[in-house]
Parts: sequence; structure tokens; C-alpha cells
Amino acid sequence: MNHLSLIIKREYLTKVRNKSFIIMTFLSPMIMIGLIALVAYLSQINNNQNRNISILDETGLFNTVFADSEHIKYTFLNDISLDNAKELVNSKEEYGLLYIKKSNDSIQPYEDAKFYSEDSPSLTIISSLEDKIEKKLTDLKLVQDGVDIEKIKSSRTYITIGQESFEGQKTSKIDSYLKLAFGGAAGYLLFMFIIIYGNMIMRSVIEEKTSRIIEVIISSVKPIQLMMGKIIGTSLAGVTQFVIWVILGGVMVFVVSAIFGIDLMQIQSPQQEMIQQAMASSDAQNQAQEFMTAFLNLPILNLCVAFLFFFLGGFLLYSSLYAAIGAAVDSETDTQQFMMPIIMPLVLAVYVGVFTVIEDPHGTVSTVFSFIPFTSPVVMLMRIPFGVPIWQQILSFTLLVGTFVFTVWFAAKIYRVGILMYGKKPSYKELFKWLKY
Amino acid sequence: MNDVLVAKNVSKHFGDFKALNDVSIAVPKGSIFGLLGPNGAGKTTLIRIINQITMPDSGSVFLDGNPLKPTDIQNIGYLPEERGLYKSMKVGEQALYLAQLKGMSKQDAKDRLKYWFDKLEIGDWWNKKIQELSKGQAQKIQFIVTVLHRPKLLIFDEPFSGFDPINATLIKDEILQLRDEGATVIFSTHRMESVEELCDHIALIHKSNKILDGKLNDIKRQYKTNTFEVGLQTSNPDDVVNSIKSKFEVLPATFKNLNDDIKLNIKLSEPTSSNDLLTFLTSKAEVHHFVEVIPSANDIFIQTVTNN
Repeated sequence: MNHLSLIIKREYLTKVRNKSFIIMTFLSPMIMIGLIALVAYLSQINNNQNRNISILDETGLFNTVFADSEHIKYTFLNDISLDNAKELVNSKEEYGLLYIKKSNDSIQPYEDAKFYSEDSPSLTIISSLEDKIEKKLTDLKLVQDGVDIEKIKSSRTYITIGQESFEGQKTSKIDSYLKLAFGGAAGYLLFMFIIIYGNMIMRSVIEEKTSRIIEVIISSVKPIQLMMGKIIGTSLAGVTQFVIWVILGGVMVFVVSAIFGIDLMQIQSPQQEMIQQAMASSDAQNQAQEFMTAFLNLPILNLCVAFLFFFLGGFLLYSSLYAAIGAAVDSETDTQQFMMPIIMPLVLAVYVGVFTVIEDPHGTVSTVFSFIPFTSPVVMLMRIPFGVPIWQQILSFTLLVGTFVFTVWFAAKIYRVGILMYGKKPSYKELFKWLKY
Repeated sequence: MNDVLVAKNVSKHFGDFKALNDVSIAVPKGSIFGLLGPNGAGKTTLIRIINQITMPDSGSVFLDGNPLKPTDIQNIGYLPEERGLYKSMKVGEQALYLAQLKGMSKQDAKDRLKYWFDKLEIGDWWNKKIQELSKGQAQKIQFIVTVLHRPKLLIFDEPFSGFDPINATLIKDEILQLRDEGATVIFSTHRMESVEELCDHIALIHKSNKILDGKLNDIKRQYKTNTFEVGLQTSNPDDVVNSIKSKFEVLPATFKNLNDDIKLNIKLSEPTSSNDLLTFLTSKAEVHHFVEVIPSANDIFIQTVTNN
């Protein structure tokens, strides 16, 4: 067996057998799902609470406006003074009292409204009350001005603009949201992966330094082999963990929703909401069909291939830098000064991805950042669902590979010198000197 | 070619710092070669160059007459001064891994490990983790890992540190046995008594330069001053001492003896031989003690380093 595969095997097995790794692998999805279930459960309890609201309407205009809903019951109080009403509502321990004050103006009898309650009332309830009163008053005013409300209602029209590319491919809003979701998920996944497993690589290099085994190892293998073995072994462990998370997460969502009857999908992420809004505007019949066409419209093959390449390229690029940092320092506390230049471009990439790609996937900023090697993996992955010309993808990937080769060379240099340096806290100047050793 | 390892004119810089300056050594086959020098002299750099961990700026290293190549790591066993093992890995697994990195097949490594574990009576450690072992115990594992792949060149950097006297003797005997089986040993240490005990050849590196090199006995011969330590018993010591002083260069001597003797260091100059001195002394007094003063490795070390 050659050295590289031996090292990969060892790195993989040590990571996978590590107790905290195993615990994290199985516990994290449980904690995540558990938390989501808890939030879902709690918000359900909250919504289930029945609330009684009493209304003292001096104007008499709003008798028909407040209809009981599932969780809110309205009671109208008549012929009672405000003070008595307050006392009554308080003694019955109701949620609150809505008081609508009458003005002396006979044409517009509404003056203002107040809500009395024990605790400060929920915002949603207040705004729903406001909505109801506003709507009624608007209607009233329109009638007074001689406008036919029925006509307004019937003249209201809903439209959707059909989208079609010049090549004749039909697209829709759902399409855009779907692209956004795919791109965002891919970019974010890469970002997380780099941070979690890059750190793991760094720690394992530091561990080899502190346990002083490094000299024994590199009297047998080349430092670059050791470094690559570490990176590949750790990434494989990372992929294993991710796959287990996805599977476990899926199973647990299924199990939890089956047991507790909580529809976890009800808790919506903003993206889901956007999709649903987009769907709401189209015909219910067409929804599923449209979703499918949108899905099929995605450049799926391109997406998969590009994901694989850019994910690998991006991860290897950053992890070689993490390995170099690990080699340069003696302990994890010394890594701070070198972490900044790694985290910065990553965070920048995610920000560019989130703020500009959504607005304008093929604008100057997005395009430029999808070529710069340190941001290209994340930004390009976010752009690709929107359709990026193949030549751009190839050029960007070539640049990425070129930079990767360079950083590996650079990292290997630092690594080779750094792993044998003890007790020194290196400065950037010193690192530069190491390149020449 | 009788030298297993030859380093020719090896130089190495680290930035402005010169770690090795034109150093050449030749390690004869089957010898135990002591690589000596004060701290920071450049020994470790030289050893790392031999192990291809660092590359020399200039000069070259030959193993068995051929320039060093990457596969030669299989022929070298290296026990670094900064040693360590993966703490959370099991002993057996770790030894197998390190042996395979040295190019052994898994089965071969297993057989050899069993042999060594039995020999050092540590068979029951196989499934223990390194962190459960004491420092000395871990050192034993480290020693086994170093010699497991039957390298023809063994390099030990301070091999006895961390061992109690019993285990140090055990390891020393193992090193000697490996030498007898045909291995060549390079031995770097500050403990001069083990140099005295083990080394046939030594090289002394000081401030990046090699300042002394050769067979230990030759060097001692070179450093000896033709001085003899004598103990005499006589009834009139003053007369005897005076008559010796008139003929030879005399220095006071201290050594332990049963009798309250005259104790002297007598330095001979050409052409007087030791027999001449002995004949002269026996005519004057009763000779209880007569030994040639041979410089110890320790004396040679201190003398050369301070003179440079």
C-alpha cells in the first residue's frame, strides 16, 4: 500500500472513531430536530390558546366586523360605562377590552379606539383589530362619497407576468426562487464545510506537533504527502458525517412529525415563504406542474458537476491554508492572527453571494467575484443555477485549480519548516522567511 | 565501499544562520558512530539531512555508495530526540501504521512486532493506548518502531533519556546486538559515559563545523600526553620524590589507593619509554600502582570544544 492511502486511512479512522466525533455525528441532528420540534410545539400551544375579547362599541358601526375566529371570541357589551366595562372584563379574566369611542360628529362618529388589558397585548392581535376597524371605516367613507363598493370589488384584477427566455424556455417566479434556494444551499454548505473541517485539519496538525510524533512520521513520508493525506482523510470523515446528518435528520423529521403530529414544514424559512407567495399568485392546479417544470429547467447536470468540482476545489484550497496555519503555530490559541485572512474572503464570498447574486446574478460584482479564486467556489455555486456560460465556469475553475496548486506549494513549504519548529510564535515576516528555506 | 554512510561537504543555512558548514563524515559498516557536539552545534540538522527531512544547500549524502534517494528511508531507522507517538492510538495499531509507512507489508510487520513484543515482554500492551503507558514504556514502543523494519542504518538521538538504569541497559544490549547482526549505528548523545562504552568512531561538531573525527582509540592515542599515574611506597619519600623530579616532569596525582603512598603523575618525553620509567622507579621504591593516563571522551570533548 502506498503512503498516501495509508495516511488517508489512518486519518479517516482516527477521526471517525473519535468519541466526540461520534457523539457530535449522532447528537447534532437530534438536538437540531429536537429544537425545531420544541419551537413548533411551543408555537402551537401558543396559537391554541383561546382568547376572549370584549368590545364596547359606542358608535354601533362595528357589530358585523368582529366575527369569532378559531381562537378569539368577541363579546359585545352594551349600555355600560367604560369604567364598569373595565372592571367587568378584568374580573372575568378576559384577554382585554376594546373600547371604540364615539365622537359628536354624526357623519363620522368614530373618534378613536383603545385596548385595555392586564398585560401588554400581542402585536398580531392589535394589528388584526386595527385592520378590521380600518377596513370598515374605509368602506364607510367610500359609501358616503357615493362609491359603489361592489364595483370596486369586481374591478379588482390579478395578473402574473409569464416569463420566457429568448430561446423560448418558459420560466416563472418559482423558478427564480428555486434557483436561489439551490445556489444558496450549495454556497452555504461549502462555507460551513470549510469552517468545520478546515479547523479539524488544523487541530490534527497541531496535535501531531504537540505530541512530537511529527519527526518520526516525516522521516518516513514526505511532508506534502502527510498534508494531503490529512486533508483528504479529514474531508472523507467530513463527508461521512454530513451524509449521516442528512439521513438521520430526514428519518428524525419523519419520526418526530409522525409521533407528535407536528407538521415541521409549517415552520417556514423565508425562502419557503417566498416560494409559497410565488405559488399563491398562480393557479392552484398549475402549482405542482409549474414547480416540476421549474425544477427541470434548472441546469441539473451542470449543477451537479460544477458543485462537485467547485466544492472540492474550494475546500482543498482553504484546507491547505488551514494545514499551513496548524504547522506554523504551537497551540490553538496562537492561531488567531492567521485565521483572519482565511475567514475574511470566505465571509466576503457569502455576503457577495447573498446580496448581489440574488439581485443580479450576472452583474459585474457577482461575475468578478465568481472569478477570484478565494471567493469563486461560493459565489460561482450560487450563480450557476441562474445559468452561467460554460467558458466562464471553466475559466473560473482553472483559476481556482491554479491557485490551489500555488497554495498547496506555499502551505507545504510552511508545513515542512513549521512542523519542526517548536516554541516559537511565528510572525508573518518569519513565515515569509520559511518560504526560502 | 566499506562506509555505509558518507556525507560530503554538507552545508545548510537557515536564513542568516549557518547550521552546517562544509561537514563531511564517513560511517564505517558495522560501527557505532558517535556524533557529538554541544547543544545547537548542528547535529540534529545533519541527522535530519541524512533522513531527508531537510535538504542540504550544498554537498551530498551517499548510502552504500549511492546518492540518497526517497526509497532509502526503508533502510534507515531514526529515533529523534523530540519523540512522540499518537497519544490516543492503540499501541499495536500505531506500530503497524508506522511500520507500513516504512515500507513493510502488514503481515511482515505483525510478525516482527510479535517477535519484539515477546522479546521485551510487553505482549499485553497491544491494545493499550499510548496515553495509558508511562514515559519509559512509551519509549520502549518507540525503540521497537525504530528498529522494526531491519534498517541497515540506525540513528539514535539521545536513546537513553527517560529510561531507568535497567531499561537503559536493556536497550543498550539491544543496540549492541543489532550492531552484531550487521546494522550500523549513528549515536548522538551528551552522555559521555555511553560514548565511552559504545562508540568505536566519533565525530565532534562544534559551531557548525566538524572539529574532530576518527576512531575513538586513535583520538585517545592522539590526545594522550604520555603521562603515567604511579603509586609508590618507600621509607624516605622526600628523597625519592626529589630524585624523580630531577629526571622527569612531575605533577601531583589523586587516586584512591589502600596505602598512604606517594602519588604522582609523571610525564614522559621522547625517547624515554614506560619500561625505562618503571625500571627507574623499581630501583627507588616499591611500585604499587602504575597506569597510563588515557584521556576520557569527556576530557577530549571539553578540551576540544573549549580550545575552539
